[in-house]
Amino acid sequence: MPVREIAGVHVDFDDEGFMTNPDQWTEEIAKALAEEEGISELTEGHWKVINFIRNDYKEKGQPPTIRRMNKVGGIATKDLYDWFPQGPAKKAAKIAGLGKPQGCV
Amino acid sequence: MSEHINKVSIIISKGSLEGVYPGLIMANGARMEGIEATLFFTFFGLDAIMKKRLKKLKVATVGNPAMHMPTMLGMLPGMSAFATSMMKKEMDKIDIPPVDEFLEMIKDAGASLYACKATVDMFKLSMDDFVPQVDAIINVGTFYELSAGAQIIFT
Repeated sequence: MPVREIAGVHVDFDDEGFMTNPDQWTEEIAKALAEEEGISELTEGHWKVINFIRNDYKEKGQPPTIRRMNKVGGIATKDLYDWFPQGPAKKAAKIAGLGKPQGCV
Repeated sequence: MSEHINKVSIIISKGSLEGVYPGLIMANGARMEGIEATLFFTFFGLDAIMKKRLKKLKVATVGNPAMHMPTMLGMLPGMSAFATSMMKKEMDKIDIPPVDEFLEMIKDAGASLYACKATVDMFKLSMDDFVPQVDAIINVGTFYELSAGAQIIFT
């Protein structure tokens, strides 16, 4: 599924549904992707995570690990699992318009 | 694609650093994939959850052919400590936390941690010896009950 229309715009995705061009990302796209992942409303907590991982990605070139979100981003691991149930690192990266996290932790 | 894994029970039976980490990484990785995870520490694996010991886990440099080091060399004083510090440094680089922090992370991720009753009795231990992340001391029967429907992984 290389190109798909979401939130009224055409966006590039990989086969697993991760965006391939982070520059195409908008907050509207995030809301639509979140809904597809079963998160009906993005709260302040969700945005804190999304903004942190997008900024960290710009700096490091890869989505942060859960440990980094905790240590550097100040996001409690418990909260992360509450906000993005069933696979927080992957889900958050997907909604933030980034590629699939490649690390083991 | 074949059937999705919903639940894993991981047994950690070894007390060396390289004996403990694979199980911790697999448990944490399971939670990261939305898979329910139970950790069961038995025999020397209990060192990983003992307050007094978990920071002192060492890489085994003797009797470990994969170290690619002559056994006699591995016996030298400080060799194990050296290998341990090297490994810890490399792990930190890829964001794998120290054992105590890893246990917190795994617990916060929603996994359950248990100590093996037979070993606890054998070594005359109690809940006071363990980090607060440990849920309970259970026997093997309870382990199997809790593992209903799970894939069981022995490390």
